Amino acid sequence: MTALTKSEMAERLFEELGLNKREAKEIVELFFEEIRACLEENEQVKLSGFGNFDLRDKSQRPGRNPKTGEEIPISARRVVTFRPGQKLKARVEAYAGTESQ
Amino acid sequence: MTKSELIETIAAHQSQLSSKDVELAIKTILEHMSQALATGDRIEIRGFGSFSLHYREPRRGRNPKTGDAVELTGKYVPHFKPGKELRERVNLGLQAGL
Repeated sequence: MTALTKSEMAERLFEELGLNKREAKEIVELFFEEIRACLEENEQVKLSGFGNFDLRDKSQRPGRNPKTGEEIPISARRVVTFRPGQKLKARVEAYAGTESQ
Repeated sequence: MTKSELIETIAAHQSQLSSKDVELAIKTILEHMSQALATGDRIEIRGFGSFSLHYREPRRGRNPKTGDAVELTGKYVPHFKPGKELRERVNLGLQAGL
């Protein structure tokens, strides 16, 4: 199974837009870093056509150590959720799978 | 933050490229990511997270207007799993009172 990584994204910026390799790498790095920095500030990120990164605050809830059965509270936390946009959902829905599913 | 604000921020954080170049680069990255998912590939960004497809079984749904039963075929939906660094940083924000 293949997975898209940052180096392939940078490679495409080099091939298609003619950025030099250092610039291409830096832009890809900045792209993900600025999204992280924004989410860290508790601000939603909306990328039209792709999707939104939202934040949700969860309060503390009871949990259990699955090995020992011991009860331990799961601390309050903030989590990132991704809501794909209409355009991305439509493109992915059209994917039929590797086998005939 | 919207896509155009993201483009402005990135343009401000580097000196070589014009805003126009940065805009084209960000659009190219997003198109590359969408293309990967549309062809069934995963996306893996260390410290940020991974995108993959989740399968939804076919089911019988209803037309909300008429109440008629409709057969819905199985489909794939995009799914994002935040990476360790992103999870930790977002929680630091919470602890900092943001």
